[in-house]
Amino acid sequence: MKKILHRVSGAKIGTTLVLLALVAIWSTPTLGLLITSLRDKDEASNTGWWTAIADPLNTAWSIEPYVNAIEGGMLSALLNTLIVTIPATVLPLIIAANAAYAFTFIQFKGRELYFASLVGLMVLPLQSALFPVLKGFVWFKKTFGIELIGNFPAAWIVHSAFALPLAIYILRNYMLTIPPSLLEAARMDGASYYQIFWKLVMPMSIPAIASFAIFQFLWVWNDYLIAFIFVGEQKPVMTWKLMRMLGQYGGGWQDVAAGSFLSLIIPLLVFFALQRYFVRGLTAGAVK
Amino acid sequence: MGDIVFGVISIILGVAGSWGLYWLLDRAMRFLPSKAQEKLRAVPFLLPAAALLLLVSFLPLIQTLIWSFMDAGSRKFVGLDNYIELFTSADFLGILLNNFLWIVFVPAITVAIGLMFATLTNQVGASREKIFKSLIFMPMAISFISAATIWRFLYTYQPPGRPVIGLLNAIVEYFGGTSQPWLTIDAGRLNSFLLMIIIIWLQAGFSMVMLSAAIKGVPEETIEAARIDGANATTMFFKVVVPQIRGTIMSVFITVVILVMKIFDIVLAMTGGNFNTSVLGFAYYRELFVNSNFGSASAVVTILCVIIAPLMWLQIRSVRQVEENR
Repeated sequence: MKKILHRVSGAKIGTTLVLLALVAIWSTPTLGLLITSLRDKDEASNTGWWTAIADPLNTAWSIEPYVNAIEGGMLSALLNTLIVTIPATVLPLIIAANAAYAFTFIQFKGRELYFASLVGLMVLPLQSALFPVLKGFVWFKKTFGIELIGNFPAAWIVHSAFALPLAIYILRNYMLTIPPSLLEAARMDGASYYQIFWKLVMPMSIPAIASFAIFQFLWVWNDYLIAFIFVGEQKPVMTWKLMRMLGQYGGGWQDVAAGSFLSLIIPLLVFFALQRYFVRGLTAGAVK
Repeated sequence: MGDIVFGVISIILGVAGSWGLYWLLDRAMRFLPSKAQEKLRAVPFLLPAAALLLLVSFLPLIQTLIWSFMDAGSRKFVGLDNYIELFTSADFLGILLNNFLWIVFVPAITVAIGLMFATLTNQVGASREKIFKSLIFMPMAISFISAATIWRFLYTYQPPGRPVIGLLNAIVEYFGGTSQPWLTIDAGRLNSFLLMIIIIWLQAGFSMVMLSAAIKGVPEETIEAARIDGANATTMFFKVVVPQIRGTIMSVFITVVILVMKIFDIVLAMTGGNFNTSVLGFAYYRELFVNSNFGSASAVVTILCVIIAPLMWLQIRSVRQVEENR
């Protein structure tokens, strides 16, 4: 493919220009909001953001929207989001890696059938379980006196459960590339299945674990539904706050815009820093 | 400060707890007779995953199915009443129509745009390709709620006499039209299409990355052979490249279909389901949290699951195929 592409390099400039135009269109919506988040309230509600680009020197730039968003609780929401997201990324990975290990290297009855049902569960919509789980948590509180709803562990549990099918599938795909002879050698040396998992299989699966971790991190960070139902306003996460700001935008667009960009910083950092692994994870699963 | 300490402690406890669980399970196994140990070898590794899936996704699914045949407070069985009520309501039929439109347009357009980006970025050299791809792919990192903020601002409408600050209306006025409250216009389901654009914008990068990797994997000989036969660029693309990446096209298509089936956040944040923009995922939310009708909400989800079931089967089949080719 590459050789042929070199031959048509005459068309390269033209293609680049077309792409530049397309990327400009693709980025315009985000750019508009970014510029608005940096403008003075009066100007933001009385002139279009494009006038600020056209005449940047006569524009009243302001960081007040960010100050307002932070005073409105965006920073504590950021902390809450981190506390939801980190365990909700690590827990399903540990649980899925263990299960994937069993599915790959240990023979047991009904293995194929269980795996097929797992693949089926990958498609199941979240909504099918939400309300019964909520009721289950209420029952748990009545029986054991531990309140889960409105606390972080509730979100961890639900996020973990719904991440499992895909995580097990991806990790198993990767573990199948580990030669079984390696494990047999370790068995010969007297290692238990438990030791083999933590000392051999887990470290060798790091690439797959990393790529799924990025997925799950972004997914949980950006989730609204689970946070809304299981954590809610007791410990508001960023999407919850943002939704709230969007509902009562008396403050003007610039504050909502600033809140939105505060919520974007960490996912964008994660995304750009680890993009390579992200893409590798995406393409590993599907392109054969 | 207290919050941070609490947060760090709960993260450590949560993570250490799960690790400790596997350790305990391994220890517990050693109390069993060795024959049982051999037989139950897989259990300590599978038990936590199985318990979680059973309690948080499988049993709740069954519960939802049962509730869909019960009344609003899930006290007594009402047979098919919930379903009959849904299918005889004009609102619900409108919702099904919206879902249908989403499925018809969004996956196909997402694949087409992804294919276009993939072909174009493959032609500009490695360093430019990287920059362009990053920029197109970036919306993948944005939450649906943030995306909704971005696009609601783009579509925003100010009453006559107020200055125009929404880009779409500014463009319309530039060409001599008048500002419109776009999100309220349901003629021809225009507002639903405006919401679909957001998902296409978010997902095109994903489609591009997948298809670009597939196109790079197309063997050079097949293209060379077509070239010798005198095929032009277009024929080569549709007759040689596309058939060889059909598997990837299908998997991108199905992934987007599944995503679109469950669409919810975008509708909630853009229109709150008003002006005939509601979809199944949103109707569930409304029945549950606005109308407090558990029976009806469960019936909506059940219908959603029934529509998704064929995709489940497709998924299992395609995984089977991959396994057999191993």
